[in-house]
Amino acid sequence: MVAPAALRVVRCGGGTLHGARAVFSADSKYLLCASGDFVKMYSVTTEETLRLMGGHADLVTGIQLNPHNHMQLYSSSLDGTIKLWDFMDGIPIKTFTVGSKLLALYKLASCEDSVFVIIPKSGERDTFQLVSVKLTKGAGQDLEAKELSVVLTGVDASPKCTAFGREGEYVASVKEVNLQVYFFKQKQLNRFSLSTKKTKNGNNHFSCVACHPKEDCIATGHADGKIRLWRNFCHKKEYTFSTLHWHHDIVMDLAFSMEGTNLLSGGVESVLVLWHNESDCQKDFLPRLGSPIEYITMSPDGSLCCTLHKDNRITIINSNLRFSRSIQGLIKSVDVKTGLVVDPRTKALVLNGEPGHLQFYCLQTDQQLFSLDIVQQQYIHQAGLNQTDLVKVAFSAEGKWLATVEEREEETNLELQLKLWFYDEETQSFKLNTRINMPHEDHITGMCFRDMDELEDDSLILVTAGRDCVFKVWVMVEDTDPEAQQSVSWSCDFVGSYHNYQATNCCFSEDGSLLAVSFEETVTVWDSVTWDLKCTFCHPPGKIRNICFGKQTCSKYLIGATDFGFLCCWNLLSCALEWSAHLNVLILQPDPLSEYIAALSWLSKESSLFVFKPNEPQPVYIQRNLGKEKIQFAAFVPRDEPEPVGSEKYLWLRRSQLFFLTDAQELMTLSMKSLEERLTPASKQLAVEESLPVTPFSLLLGKHRRQQSQEDRDLGKLIVHNKHEQESPAVKELLHTPAHVLPSASFLCPIFINSLLISKENKSAEEVTDEVEMESEKTENDSDEERDVTEMEQEDPSPVELLGEMPCKLSKSQEKELRKLRKMDYSWISVF
Amino acid sequence: MGEFEVHRVRFFGLVPAGVRCLACQPGGARLAVARTNGAVEVYNFAANYFQEKVIPGHETRSVEALCWTAGNRLFGAGLSGDITEYDLAQLCVARSVDGCGGPIWSMAVNSSGTQLAIGCEDGSVKLFQVVPGGIQFERNLDRRKGRILCLSWHPSDSHIAAGSIDILRVFDVSSGQTVQRIMVNYHVQKVKRECIVWSIAFLSSGTVVTSDSFGRVQFWDWEQGTLLESHTVSTSAVLSLAVSEKEDSIIVGTSTGATYQFQLLPVKIGSLEKRWVRTKPFQHHTHDVRAVAHSSTALISGGLDAQLVIRPLMEKVQKKGYDAVLRKFTFPHRRLVSCARKARLLLFQFSQHLELWRLGSTEETGKDGEVLPLCRMPEHLVQLKSKGPEHIYCSCVSPCGSWITYSTASRFHLYRLRYEGNSVSIKKVPKMPKLLLPAYQLQFSSDSSSLFVASAQGSVHVLQLLEPGGCKLLHTLRPPSGSSEAVYLLALSTDGHWLAAVSGDWVIHVYNLKCFKHHCTVPTYNCAVTALAIHPVTNNLVIAYSDQQLFEFSIPEKQYTAWSRTVQKCGLHKVWLERDSPITHITFNPKNPSHILLHDTYMFCVLDKSLPLPDNSALLMNQSTLKQLPETARQRQLHAFKICKKFQPLLFADLLDENCLVVVERPVMDFKTQLPLPIQKKKFGT
Repeated sequence: MVAPAALRVVRCGGGTLHGARAVFSADSKYLLCASGDFVKMYSVTTEETLRLMGGHADLVTGIQLNPHNHMQLYSSSLDGTIKLWDFMDGIPIKTFTVGSKLLALYKLASCEDSVFVIIPKSGERDTFQLVSVKLTKGAGQDLEAKELSVVLTGVDASPKCTAFGREGEYVASVKEVNLQVYFFKQKQLNRFSLSTKKTKNGNNHFSCVACHPKEDCIATGHADGKIRLWRNFCHKKEYTFSTLHWHHDIVMDLAFSMEGTNLLSGGVESVLVLWHNESDCQKDFLPRLGSPIEYITMSPDGSLCCTLHKDNRITIINSNLRFSRSIQGLIKSVDVKTGLVVDPRTKALVLNGEPGHLQFYCLQTDQQLFSLDIVQQQYIHQAGLNQTDLVKVAFSAEGKWLATVEEREEETNLELQLKLWFYDEETQSFKLNTRINMPHEDHITGMCFRDMDELEDDSLILVTAGRDCVFKVWVMVEDTDPEAQQSVSWSCDFVGSYHNYQATNCCFSEDGSLLAVSFEETVTVWDSVTWDLKCTFCHPPGKIRNICFGKQTCSKYLIGATDFGFLCCWNLLSCALEWSAHLNVLILQPDPLSEYIAALSWLSKESSLFVFKPNEPQPVYIQRNLGKEKIQFAAFVPRDEPEPVGSEKYLWLRRSQLFFLTDAQELMTLSMKSLEERLTPASKQLAVEESLPVTPFSLLLGKHRRQQSQEDRDLGKLIVHNKHEQESPAVKELLHTPAHVLPSASFLCPIFINSLLISKENKSAEEVTDEVEMESEKTENDSDEERDVTEMEQEDPSPVELLGEMPCKLSKSQEKELRKLRKMDYSWISVF
Repeated sequence: MGEFEVHRVRFFGLVPAGVRCLACQPGGARLAVARTNGAVEVYNFAANYFQEKVIPGHETRSVEALCWTAGNRLFGAGLSGDITEYDLAQLCVARSVDGCGGPIWSMAVNSSGTQLAIGCEDGSVKLFQVVPGGIQFERNLDRRKGRILCLSWHPSDSHIAAGSIDILRVFDVSSGQTVQRIMVNYHVQKVKRECIVWSIAFLSSGTVVTSDSFGRVQFWDWEQGTLLESHTVSTSAVLSLAVSEKEDSIIVGTSTGATYQFQLLPVKIGSLEKRWVRTKPFQHHTHDVRAVAHSSTALISGGLDAQLVIRPLMEKVQKKGYDAVLRKFTFPHRRLVSCARKARLLLFQFSQHLELWRLGSTEETGKDGEVLPLCRMPEHLVQLKSKGPEHIYCSCVSPCGSWITYSTASRFHLYRLRYEGNSVSIKKVPKMPKLLLPAYQLQFSSDSSSLFVASAQGSVHVLQLLEPGGCKLLHTLRPPSGSSEAVYLLALSTDGHWLAAVSGDWVIHVYNLKCFKHHCTVPTYNCAVTALAIHPVTNNLVIAYSDQQLFEFSIPEKQYTAWSRTVQKCGLHKVWLERDSPITHITFNPKNPSHILLHDTYMFCVLDKSLPLPDNSALLMNQSTLKQLPETARQRQLHAFKICKKFQPLLFADLLDENCLVVVERPVMDFKTQLPLPIQKKKFGT
């Protein structure tokens, strides 16, 4: 593979993903979500990301199914375009350029050629208007849509604050304390306001709006947790509303069920509330959803509902309000304090997840593998409450031990806990081994294990550095208590300090013989056996920000970065400064598998990456302009197999991949592949048949057919039961290729008929075209997934070709008949 | 506004009785309220919801239902088993008829107001014809076991729906037969619990609306006997229900103190399909809402916490004014306290007894806002219990403190008090002159030599008090044109020359007491008089009306004074006019003749006639802002109304002498603690 000219910065997860409500496909099998600049399609049953539709240049703000073709999807973005997708094939069909930023998208069944979008009012800041955009019909992919007509002005920018009523008769929009309802037919605009005065329970500002699908009823959510149901709003004076109140804080989203009998509401309490019949007394709850609910969507058949959460999680909920499954990528936590840590066992990224939890995030599948509850305390969703938070994480070399530090800070006193977890092979999870209260008197600033590949447990050492001016060494000891369930526990072995300076960082050399601890301006190097202070380094002025040892061939070097913008490399053998460079380094990250070290700097509102070897003062690679966001953390994740790298310049990417986490908690990486290459494995072929809704009738029909085939067999008639067999490649190709790229029917017909014949290795093999042969090989690989598809093929009474080992018996006469059929002229078909 | 030494009295232990039932007069001009102690009150909507008439209660006469019939006659029925007709001119019971069915739980009047149906303890529903001079038993309807708790006539008068325990029945009026019976049970896991239908309404569409003890409001089709809609509004009982005249709105009251409105709204714009939707919840009460009423512009609810709440429907109110104000009445709109200025005594009137207290005193002085320590504590001197089951109409103590008088429906008592050191002796005055009873208002002259008794038919009796303990009737003053209504307010001039009397038709007659002659009539104003007083120096009559207007009428000149004309010309401040409780007492400061002191339940006001009137742009209640201003700016901001809201709720305020004020407060929390505990509700949780 030839390496492209430059590395690209690629976003791989995290950030604020959800800019709009999710959309279920017509059959409720797929879920479509706006996810950053992409539209993602998930399978509801397997939680898998089936398709990633990219093309927008900015955040996707709205997605809506095309009411006239449920295989098509409209999406709008801040880049000012509306795209029409065939989401089953992942093909962009049309792009309409509107021009201004689009903040929300609405599509009505009643107006076929126009959509509604919210755009900023030109010339005025923070004023937005709802406009209808006429989607011009025309040839070509890229079209201009400049025909705008304003429906409402002074609307809120949030897509939740505008909703279209029953059959598109009216549109309701809320902003602050005002509700405006516009009736399209009557061309009448009604405005209703609530009192602006703040009550003792908070303010009554509107937060979201939803319209009843069958009746004239508008539900609005408020900042004080109330839900108001407005009726009779066609009259300016005789309007009326009733109130539902359960939420104690802002109502984030509302959704009516398809018939309008139930109303779903969600807020920061992470509880989904189901209100029956608009009654205050009848309600059901689904609590403990993990994090605040941002958006709620009902599936068109009413069987599912989906909530998008503030931490980027998607939860799918059954109609009986039972938790069904959750789709979670990188969970956005309130504040990442642990940094990016790689679990040596699973190669997953480990960082703060839910409050008090550690998430294990799989980079390959963009899924959360596991969430480990560290704090083990109930999280209370309330503003201004000091909760215990996870601040430090370290894994031992083999991933057998996990050390975590959690802290809770009140005004004066600090609560600290150091926990050591042992990986239990049986339960395949971490088990708490030792808990140490107040390991230090002040905040813990650094923690590391001695990375030794030997398996002897007694060589394992944990070092913690604290602001209380000491570093502590923790070792495992045999538990003397016979009643203890575990054989070992951890205890403090050594306490070291240096001139009563605050310890800021700690780090072991590759072989584990030396420990470097930085004390404000000084780096001290200690012998890890005798705990003698070997030597000290400093580069005044400026406190030491980061330190690390070189690896492999460069293990004699110690690298440090100071506050005053110096990167220093000390030679441990000569105890002298080898070289130094003027660079404001924020993060210093050594690759565990090579001698390369990555340094990330922040200069003039721009992040830059420098990769260097400690023995060479010249960097191997420099990448400027990593993005406008400040990078918080970085980590090298080892690759499963070394990647072939063309250029010498990218040699450092051979064994590991570098990931960054920005301030907005976006996970980014540097990739050598182009966008298309990266996306291909994710996009899989989808069977068209799958998208048809399973109706009771089709089930009945299927049952009936099965019965019939059973009878047929009983009667001795020959029928090939193809229920669990592979289908013909030709048929598959015919059905799976998008219609607009299919060749003419006359060309396809012989292939199709051919495919219905039974191939004998010696006779029919040469008759099948090579093309089809290749196809069949490909299909064999993913045939397992497609098995249920073939069920639908039963309509064809003629025997279907079988591939593989299955022996098939057909009488000679039948074969002859089939061959006769083949020789017939099918060109007449092309007439149609 | 001047500084006063204030006696802040909080030892008046009045517990207002809870509201038991409400009845709106057809046409919506008046509201009759029955309280749990048997008292019946009439509020006049036109006169700004003024409590126009009060008929005090009776020990044995509880009222369970009130009905207005044709000719604006008011009937009540109660657990004593009697149907009572009230005389609203004489403010007493006109006549009483035994229902012959045990305690009466419910009563309903047909749409034309000619027939009354009562529901009795024994399960019978009886019909009575309303005839001139009383009611006449007509027939019994089909009788089943189980008390009839609620009744409602179909607007066409052909059927009656009756709610009982577990069941509701519909009777055909012409045949008297039960034509439909509907079980309204409530089953919880096979356990059947008793379901009480507390209230019922029969709509013209044939829908029967019930509210029951399980917190449900249900809509039934009476012909099919099927449930149309069921709304659970509360976890506790829904006790009361009222339908608007147009039948598009219903108000229900629950035992948690919440009231809810139901509205009949179209499901879609322009479609004929309509549905009852629960709309507005209100939580004005703390206890059971035992009665609700639906006037054309307001929702009215009354609860066991003695509150009467009038919540206007904003969409029905044409303009913003005093119709659009939420009103809460807890205390009566008349004085229950009288004060002996010279002797520094307070007489408190309870429903069946009187209490005489001597005010505490202090020798210290202090700054504004300081609480002074008492050197002598207030002293409870006398408790005077009224004999018999009747409740007290009115009472008074003479300014010198040596006479106490009170009246019940049938008796009139005068007592002579003697103070010997710390002990008090009380002696009943024998051989009282025969008067036309009851007395509606009693007033001693300022020199305690005579007593004025307000009586029926607009008459006022003048009694001369004789030492040691006797009295004789001097004269009876009558309006020249005659009147059918009773006198309910009296005002005497300090010099004893003039007497002003207001009768129920709101006409103010002024009498000359020197020659016992009718002097003049104040020009009629179309609103109820809530308080009046004669100025001690100028002999000007100051009148407060229920629409918050103030007039000053010069008695010697028989015309309104110049100041009064200016007030009418300029108009009063908007905020003043929008107050919801009427002025109940007016008094004057002898030191400063231009000051008029007035108060209602929520404020005390010193009206300085020498200062300009505020216009609508000025701040009416500006006392706190004035305090912060420098002297020169303060002079510019000054206006006639000096309002103090420190004392709430204020039952009485009077000036003892030039700089000593007595205020009687009754904090709401004080009497709420004497009520039974309200239903406990969790604020959170499910």
